[in-house]
Amino acid sequence: MGVWIMAGVTFREAARKKMLWMALAAGGAFLILFGTGLHFQAKDFAAHGMSPVLRREISFAMLTMGLYAVDLLAVLMTILTSVDTLSGEIASGTIQAVATKPVPRWQVLVGKWFGFVGMLTAYIAIMVGGVNAVTYVMAGVTARHLIRGCLLMWMESLVLLSVTFAFATYFSTLTSGVLALGLHGLAFLGGWIEQFGALTQTQRAVSVGVVASVLMPSEALWRRAAFEMQSPLANAMRISPFSTLSVPSKAMVFYAALYLAIALVVAIRRFSQRDL
Amino acid sequence: MSRASDLAIRTRGLRKVFSGKVAVRNLTLDVSRGEVFGFLGPNGAGKSTSVKMLLGLVFPTSGEAEILGRPAGDVKTRSKVGFLPEHFRFYDWLTSTELLKLHARLYGMSHVMLRERVPALLDLVGLTPHRDKPLRDFSKGMLQRIGLAQALLNEPDLIFLDEPTSGLDPFGRRLVRDIIKAQRDRGATVLLNSHLLGEVEITCDRVAFIRDGEVVETRQLNGETEEQITVSIRAVNVNAEVVNGLSQWTPSVRVDGERLTLTLSSSALLPEVVRYLVAKAADVYEVTPQRLSLEERFLEIVGSDGGL
Repeated sequence: MGVWIMAGVTFREAARKKMLWMALAAGGAFLILFGTGLHFQAKDFAAHGMSPVLRREISFAMLTMGLYAVDLLAVLMTILTSVDTLSGEIASGTIQAVATKPVPRWQVLVGKWFGFVGMLTAYIAIMVGGVNAVTYVMAGVTARHLIRGCLLMWMESLVLLSVTFAFATYFSTLTSGVLALGLHGLAFLGGWIEQFGALTQTQRAVSVGVVASVLMPSEALWRRAAFEMQSPLANAMRISPFSTLSVPSKAMVFYAALYLAIALVVAIRRFSQRDL
Repeated sequence: MSRASDLAIRTRGLRKVFSGKVAVRNLTLDVSRGEVFGFLGPNGAGKSTSVKMLLGLVFPTSGEAEILGRPAGDVKTRSKVGFLPEHFRFYDWLTSTELLKLHARLYGMSHVMLRERVPALLDLVGLTPHRDKPLRDFSKGMLQRIGLAQALLNEPDLIFLDEPTSGLDPFGRRLVRDIIKAQRDRGATVLLNSHLLGEVEITCDRVAFIRDGEVVETRQLNGETEEQITVSIRAVNVNAEVVNGLSQWTPSVRVDGERLTLTLSSSALLPEVVRYLVAKAADVYEVTPQRLSLEERFLEIVGSDGGL
């Protein structure tokens, strides 16, 4: 019961503090910009009499670019909105009035986690759906495996959310945010090193990328999502700038799920055992 | 000696060390059910940490603590406990009605119960006109009032009030006093942390002076006392031998003309002292017990440095 009360109040907080609405307004502006770009591109395609195959591949590349931007926004949204909820309330003493109620601490934490999961699910669904809808209307193209890709992006958000929660049970808001973003930055850089390693066939560079994904599998989930969503031709030719010469395996996806669960358990254990 | 089942709070050798710094050294305390108990001490004496340990917010380094017969921090017991933190803060986007409803649901109260209880409590703390106002528009005093209301939602058996009158005007302070009295009348136990000694003197049945995380002294405020008293006696025909004889009851006797001032470990010793003086042919004109005021005793314990 405590889980759902805390989930509800956390979700309502995002809505009432206008966090969710501002994010959606920014997302709406992004979709308008994206749609405008696609519109002019479609017009130029028609004017130059471009072949349908090339037109389709460029539209797919635009779609992947749009999803890449959504992924980046979702990463920032996840960390920035959730980083203060535990450490901030511990520092201000707000948590004391809740933690002295007949609700186990793990329920308080899991409830807050579910509240953010609800908000992020809505955000990712709207943004990924919006980018696909715009691309479909403007260019007649949608992601190849939309649901699978969307779920992988969602999972990336959940991994980052759980890691941010775990950090926030140990450190202050600012430190937790820096650590979570830094860890994702590490994975991001590792992902690119892995791409270049694959391009130049340098196995040791690929290994550096794999190690970075083991340390933080968020970027690997995006690259797997991009592989699932972009066109088969782009995957075969490996020509898209946003993915993905070295495709993370399904084992990496399972590892990410395990990573997510462990981060959440660490957060629960630490929150249940620390002084408030 | 109270039986464990009669106690609302029982601690034995409770100790808390934060990063090598001792916050609470050795807290041993019994608070009976139905008692209004004051917790007094200078800043940094360990009062708030002690309360947090009793509430399960802070984990003790060593020692034992029980509230309402169960180990401190027991989740089920919390349904019978109310707590007003020293600086009550909560989500400032909630209105006062929403805040009370949220806390009522955390207490597991039914919708029917909270429909009655929430307006009644808003009325009790004088916030009915502000029931739909978000907390961000509340003054410090209003936040204390709504914090007090959430501490009373579940009609608790044990209430912890940490500086409940800080930020309150005289009307607010009187309200807190009346609420504490009402809680005592319905049989609840109240632990009151306060620096306002006058308030404590009026409201509490018993107080503990705490310094460096230890109970230095407990004192009964209402009714009989077994604690140390100072007595002023006006008597003539008291020679040095008689004064020396008083050392069997007290090590400290001050003689100033006809006036003897002595400190006794208990008021029960006073008749013996008077009988002794009369037996030694002293003419006793006046015997005046001088109980130290709470403030004097507080200052004595805290010292001139204010406990800093």
